[in-house]
Amino acid sequence: MRQVAINMVETLARRDPRVVFIGSDLGPNVLAGMKRDMPERFFMEGVAEQHVIGMAAGLAMEGFVPYINTIATFLTRRCLDQIAIDLCMENLPARLIASGGGLVYAPLGPTHLAFEDMALLRALPNMAIVAPADAAEMERLMQASLDWPGPLYIRLAKGGDPVVSRAEAGFAIGKAIPMRPGGEVVLIGTGIMTGRALAAAERLAAQGIEAGVLHVHTVKPLDTEAVLAAADGARLLVTVEEHSRVGGLGSAVGEALLDHRDGGRPRLLRLALPDAFPEGYGSQDHLLTKAGLSVDGIAAAVAGALSPAVR
Amino acid sequence: MDTRSKHLRRLVIDALEGGGRGHIGSSLSLVEILRVLYDDILRVRPDEPGWPDRDRFILSKGHGCLTWYAVLADKGFFPKEELLRQCRPEAMLGGHPERAHIPGVEASTGSLGHGLSIGIGLALGLRMKASPARVFVATGDGELDEGSVWEGAMHAAKHRLDHLTVLVDYNKLQSYGRVAEVVDLEPLADKWRAFGWAVREVDGHDVDALKAVLSGLPFEQGRPSVLICHTVKGKGFDFAEHNASWHHKARVEAADVARMRDALERA
Repeated sequence: MRQVAINMVETLARRDPRVVFIGSDLGPNVLAGMKRDMPERFFMEGVAEQHVIGMAAGLAMEGFVPYINTIATFLTRRCLDQIAIDLCMENLPARLIASGGGLVYAPLGPTHLAFEDMALLRALPNMAIVAPADAAEMERLMQASLDWPGPLYIRLAKGGDPVVSRAEAGFAIGKAIPMRPGGEVVLIGTGIMTGRALAAAERLAAQGIEAGVLHVHTVKPLDTEAVLAAADGARLLVTVEEHSRVGGLGSAVGEALLDHRDGGRPRLLRLALPDAFPEGYGSQDHLLTKAGLSVDGIAAAVAGALSPAVR
Repeated sequence: MDTRSKHLRRLVIDALEGGGRGHIGSSLSLVEILRVLYDDILRVRPDEPGWPDRDRFILSKGHGCLTWYAVLADKGFFPKEELLRQCRPEAMLGGHPERAHIPGVEASTGSLGHGLSIGIGLALGLRMKASPARVFVATGDGELDEGSVWEGAMHAAKHRLDHLTVLVDYNKLQSYGRVAEVVDLEPLADKWRAFGWAVREVDGHDVDALKAVLSGLPFEQGRPSVLICHTVKGKGFDFAEHNASWHHKARVEAADVARMRDALERA
C-alpha cells in the first residue's frame, strides 16, 4: 500500500507540475525516479517534522500541492500545532501520507504506534482523514487526492493486505462504500478492518447471522447519510477500527447517531483498541488479536452482542 | 525620535486604545524595523496585496502585531479606522494576525516558531516559479527558544535560500523577564553562523543603519541572511522600556494611554 501511494506521487508529479514531495529522512532510494527527473520538486528534509509541515504550508501558499511522507506518529503528534495552524486553519491542500497507521510497527513499541492519530486529527477543522482498505483502493484515493481542496491525511496500512475493494464501486473522498448488503447487523469498518469485517460477516453468515458491511474509508468528513441508512435497517451497528476507542470511527458513528436519531437507534458496539498505550510487541496481527480485532474476535463479539437479548 | 517614528507610534497607541489591550512592549521594539522594511525595502503593492511578485513578509512573533497593523494601515493595506476596532467583536484585526482576514498578512502567527519554516516553503516555491520575490521573517528573541526555529534554520541553509532574510527583534526581554535569565541566547550571532547563515547586527532603532544594511541583501550569495536587530522593549516610553510588565497588557487603562500620548509629544 505504501509503495502504491509513493509511486502514485511520482505519477501525479509527472502529470501535474504543482505536485511536490517532501520526505522526512526516509529510507534510501525512495522516489529515485522523481528525484532524478524532477529534482526541484523532490525534497528530503531532516528529522524535523515541525519544519516539514511549515515548509509544506509555505509551498501550498505558493500554489503547489505537497505530498508529505513519514511515520504516522511523527506526522501527527510531533507537529500537531503546525498541522492545526499552518495547514488546517489556512485550509491548504497538503497531503500527509502516514506510514504505519495503527499497530503496523508493533515490534517497535508504542512510540511508533499510531493508535490515536485519527482522534487527534478529527478534532482539527478542515482536515480530511482517509484510511483505504487495500492497495487497489489506495491508488484510487491517490488519483482523487490531487484536487481535494484542503488538507488530507492518508493512513497507510502494513502492505500486502488482501484486496477487498472493487474498482466498480468507485471512489470519492467522503463517500462510504457498501460492501455487503445488511441484515439486522451492519459492520462498519475503516482501513484494513473492512477486510476483517467482511471475513467476520462470512463467518457469521455460516452461523445464520446476516451482517452487512459498510466501508467508511473517509472517517472525516463522515458520510453521515450512509451511516444513518445503515443504522435505520439494523438492530446492531458494529464499528471496527485499528484505533483507540477514543475519538476514531466508533466515536464518529456514535456522534452521528446521537445527533440525528432521537430514539429507535440500533445498539452500537465499538470494536477498537482499548484506551491504553499498546503493550506486547510481536506483530500487528498479535496486537490486533489481543484487542479482539481478529476475524474470530470480531465474529465472536458480534454473536455475543446478539445473544441472548437481541436474537 | 523623528516625526515618522512618532507618527507610527501614535497609530500603535490608537490600536492599543481601540482594543483596550495588546502586546505593547513587544510591538514597540519593532517600529523602526517594520518602518524601514515597508518604507524602503519591501516591494509590495498595498492596492494589490496578492501581486504575485510581491516580497513576502511574515511576522513570526505574531504578538508584535500592533506595530504591523499600524504600518499596514499607514501604507493603505486597509483603512486606519480598523486600528480602533482591534480585538473588538467581529473586527478585522485580532490579538494575533490572521492571513484569512487581513490584506498584507502572508501567514497566521501567534504560536511561536512557525514563521521561519513557512517562509522557507514560500522561498522554495518562489524559486521554482522563477519569481524575483524575496521572503522576510521577523522573529522575537524569546521565540528563538522554540526548537522548530532551529530546524528551519538548518534547512534554509541546506536549500541555500539567499532570498530569505530573518530579522531578530532582540529586545532582551521575554514574558517572564530578561532573556539572559530565562535562557541565554548568547552567543547569538555565532549560533546563526554555525547554522550556515550570513549574519549582520544593527541598532534596530537606527533608521539609517537599518536602511543601509538591508539594502545590501543578500549578505552573502548562496546563504540565507539574518539581521540581529538590537532593540529596546517598549522603545520610546521611558516607563515601559526594559520593563517586562509592559510585554502584554490585558487591560489598558485610560491613564496608561494618556501617559503614552503625553510622553510621545514630549519626546
